[in-house]
Amino acid sequence: MGDAIVVTSGKGGVGKTTTSANVGTALALLGKKVCMVDTDIGLRNLDVVMGLENRIVYDLVDVAEGRCRLQQALVKDKRFEELYMLPAAQTKDKHDVTPEQVRDIVLELKKEFDYVIIDCPAGIEQGFRNAVAGADHAIVVTTPENAAVRDADRVIGLLEQSQITAKLIINRIRPAMLKTGDMLEIDEVCQVLAIDLLGIVPDDEKVIKSANAGEPTVMDPSSRAAIAYRNIARRILGDMVPLMPLDEKSAGMFKRFRKFLGIG
Amino acid sequence: MTDKQHITIKGVKEGLVFILDDRCEFSALLDELHYKLEKTHQQLLTGPLMHVNVKLGSRETTDEEKEQIKSVLRQQGNLLIQSIQSDAELQSQTEANQQELKVMTGIIRSGQVITHDGSLLLLGDLHPGGSIICTGDIYVMGTLAGMAHAGSEGRTDVIIAASLLKPTQLRIAEVISRPPEEWLTGDAAMEYAFLQEGAMQVDKTTQLFRMRREPLVYKGV
Repeated sequence: MGDAIVVTSGKGGVGKTTTSANVGTALALLGKKVCMVDTDIGLRNLDVVMGLENRIVYDLVDVAEGRCRLQQALVKDKRFEELYMLPAAQTKDKHDVTPEQVRDIVLELKKEFDYVIIDCPAGIEQGFRNAVAGADHAIVVTTPENAAVRDADRVIGLLEQSQITAKLIINRIRPAMLKTGDMLEIDEVCQVLAIDLLGIVPDDEKVIKSANAGEPTVMDPSSRAAIAYRNIARRILGDMVPLMPLDEKSAGMFKRFRKFLGIG
Repeated sequence: MTDKQHITIKGVKEGLVFILDDRCEFSALLDELHYKLEKTHQQLLTGPLMHVNVKLGSRETTDEEKEQIKSVLRQQGNLLIQSIQSDAELQSQTEANQQELKVMTGIIRSGQVITHDGSLLLLGDLHPGGSIICTGDIYVMGTLAGMAHAGSEGRTDVIIAASLLKPTQLRIAEVISRPPEEWLTGDAAMEYAFLQEGAMQVDKTTQLFRMRREPLVYKGV
């Protein structure tokens, strides 16, 4: 029996879909059998980020309403043998499925996959309830801004009510802004939200670039965000991985060279 | 005279105790009191000075009714009324003084509301966007960063105390206060908010005893 993890945030635009795509792909990279489920019915975009848009035949609503079998709706990834995606419908809306239907689908998927990553829509209404219905754990994504942290807090409260343990990913960290004190500190965010930190992801232009190309960032090991997502995937598997240092880049070539020589 | 006795007179070390039945008409009580004092117990109740305690049971009486009982007893010359007690009053007094304190543990997050009839002790934090609404006092062993409303049904003598008082808004009875526009103190540690002449004030919790004026009992050497 696999593990169902819902990726949620409350606030929109903090990187739920990016996180789902990258964590899912990173887990597949580590040899796990993974299925990603997009529950953002009506505004689906996990398929776009994964570059699988043109392979969709059936979707989540079709499965829920019995128009096709679950296996038929699963879209196989073009890079990994053991990575699948269940897309959301684009022509319906959140009220066209019930939490019970999603829970049944997720339960079915858990039998076959090691990890089921559920991409949750923004908000805390029907779409959120659908996404959370079948989840065992949750990843709460936030950015270091007050508005996102406030919404994350709200969502953590709702998850706790449904007895789902949540872990935190702080996304889009700008080391330069942290240094000048213009951004909320990581410790501050953790302290406010009072849940375990699963990882931090630095802001990286490559994320946007690769998302546009339909290629998850994790595939590019030169990207700092990719390393962060790989670390997160390893932590999900239970490895102890230290948080990545944020100011590595600013250390400069010279210092790195000295480090290489062993005198830095 | 009715056949059932409504008044029991007991002799105790300190004097006499009148136990008045709490389930009959008040007028019947007065009649019987008259009757007993003047007829049946006359010999008992004449002579040296006696202290009298009157117990009303759970009957709720007005001041006027108490005065009626007193005046009947006073006619007797040798009776000194020490007290007229009713359980109902005692109960409501203790309720007002120390309404049942509810202790709860946890984090109250954004969007969550805790309401309680009485006083509440929270072992945990109150996050911004979360609220606690109580008819009595609010104590938070942790950070109070959300909205706290004490005395929600109008009590103005209540307080809001926290280990770290950094609220988005505080309300006591009808008064709404926003920090830091209305008050700002140093480190926000171990403080409480209270009403003074209709305005919200914040002070160190160590100063609370000055406001409450509760008797301090020191034990030990």
